[in-house]
Amino acid sequence: MTDTLNLFLAEKGVYILTLILFFLGLYGMIMCHNYMKKLMSMNVMQVAVIFFFLCFGQKFGGTVPIFDEALPAAAMYINPLPHALMLTAIVVSLGTTGVAIALLMRIKETFGSLEEEEILRRVDE
Amino acid sequence: MSQHFPVLIAVLPLAAALISPLLSYINRNLGKWLVLTAIGGSFISAVNVLLTVLSTGTPIHYYMGDWPAPIGIEFVLDPLNATLATLVTFVALMVGVYGTSFLADADWLKTAGYYTLYGLLTAGLAGMVITGDVFNLYVFLEISSLACYGLIALGGKKSVLAAFRYLVIGTIGASLYLLGVGYLYGITGTLNMADLAERIVPLLNSPAVYIAIGMFIVGFGIKMALFPLHGWQPDAYTFAHPAAAALIAGIMSKVPAYAILRFFFYVFGADSFVISTGLEIMGILACCGIVLGSVMAIAQQDFRRMLAYSSVAQIGYVIVGFAIGNVYGLIGAVLHIINHAFMKSTLFLTIGGVQYRYGESNIYKLGGIYSKMPATTVAMVIAAMSMIGLPPTGGFFSKWYLVLGAMETGQYLFIFIIILSSLLNAIYFFRVIEQIFIVPDAKLKEVNKPKGKLELPWQMVLPILVMGLGILALGFWNEPIVTNILNFALPEVLLR
Repeated sequence: MTDTLNLFLAEKGVYILTLILFFLGLYGMIMCHNYMKKLMSMNVMQVAVIFFFLCFGQKFGGTVPIFDEALPAAAMYINPLPHALMLTAIVVSLGTTGVAIALLMRIKETFGSLEEEEILRRVDE
Repeated sequence: MSQHFPVLIAVLPLAAALISPLLSYINRNLGKWLVLTAIGGSFISAVNVLLTVLSTGTPIHYYMGDWPAPIGIEFVLDPLNATLATLVTFVALMVGVYGTSFLADADWLKTAGYYTLYGLLTAGLAGMVITGDVFNLYVFLEISSLACYGLIALGGKKSVLAAFRYLVIGTIGASLYLLGVGYLYGITGTLNMADLAERIVPLLNSPAVYIAIGMFIVGFGIKMALFPLHGWQPDAYTFAHPAAAALIAGIMSKVPAYAILRFFFYVFGADSFVISTGLEIMGILACCGIVLGSVMAIAQQDFRRMLAYSSVAQIGYVIVGFAIGNVYGLIGAVLHIINHAFMKSTLFLTIGGVQYRYGESNIYKLGGIYSKMPATTVAMVIAAMSMIGLPPTGGFFSKWYLVLGAMETGQYLFIFIIILSSLLNAIYFFRVIEQIFIVPDAKLKEVNKPKGKLELPWQMVLPILVMGLGILALGFWNEPIVTNILNFALPEVLLR
């Protein structure tokens, strides 16, 4: 019983945690009424996607992907591609956050608040 | 030189956009003309590639840095996406020329910002169309989205709010797409579309593929504003900077629809169970969207908001075409992507012209505008006719193909919805036409008085007329377009 549980957690546990993190971010984006919190939840969600890629990029018995004469087989190295992809995704995430913060500054300037109810009230005025 | 045309389509606007702020600092006009020239160059490359592809009949593969396909990133240009790349760059060029008059009095920073974002948007959209790599598609998707948020935010006070909402929702879409790519990469170990199409075949019934397809549907559904994921669109289109709204409305939501076409019909293959189920669900959602979008459009008073809701309906036609899934359905869908790019852009260009001169976009204040702005009115009426689907405009023929396709497969619901929606379209566009021609003069105050004899600056009149007449041209020459281009564009699907 414990063995199967251990095996299950070892194989799938990290993915379950990642998905929980993803949907936590999604939940926060829907439920938070403060725009800054929405943005932070968005970052949590993006980080979950990055974790997901990094998790399946892992492997036992692999080493850093720098070619070494002593290790001729490709199986001895970790696949660097997911990490390279996530480097790009992190940059994209940074760009999105930057744009979002710039917009939030402008919203704060115009409407004087970042609370959704307050902003909606002032938009109608 | 000529072998590098495929990559120039995306790289020219990208590079120009990044250099343009520096040049704008030296002289305000330098950056602007650099970006426009680059988009023009990109259009010429796209036309060149399209002609080459059509004459040789084989797709062009362009390998980045000469790394062969499954390892390196490749751009693939077959007749379908070469056509769409031509369309994207052409509309971008026209709207770019049009935008210059809006920014005639802006300071260097605003000009530089606008044209940088505009170049990035064009590069992102063109790149999304021509890439053959699923992760590269994500990068271009984000480039175009980020530029689009910026361009929407430039529109004024309320637009910042609309842009932030779009950013939050759009990022969910992009993250879901990335997660879907993760699932596919996890089980196949490749990111190249052609390679993926081969390796996915034995795995099509695995749960990972189901989840990936579900994520693609939701992710791209958000990006193209498929009902019920269209919530961001009305505000974003209404408050977007009037100079860029035409490109955003005409192209931005169609390119994800093209990505769906590429994935579902070329990578996964529409004959598998999961894809046909997915397409069926999307078809039904699209039908709901067509009805709801048209009804909501009737209820609007702001011309731009009406157009935004009508976009929800129009993207429905494209998806209905995919859901029909036979030759006529797909021809109708692709033809509708092209037609809609022209007609929605034209409508946004004309209302932008009215806004430029009179600062008004309320439908009920357009009375008697035809005598003041004849050329704009002509283009607007042609585009409205095309939206309704009256011959000989382009819109008639795409609906015709869709109905033919639905007839062949016996999906009478789709025929009913298409005809119902045409009637609803007629209601909301004849309302506008009534205001323009019959209702007495609204006595609008001129905000910007154009200098010459023309009703608007020539930079605005030219794109409006070219796009408006383009709709007629698409209608008259739809037969050569279908037989000479689209028949080559959909060969693998046509065989099934």
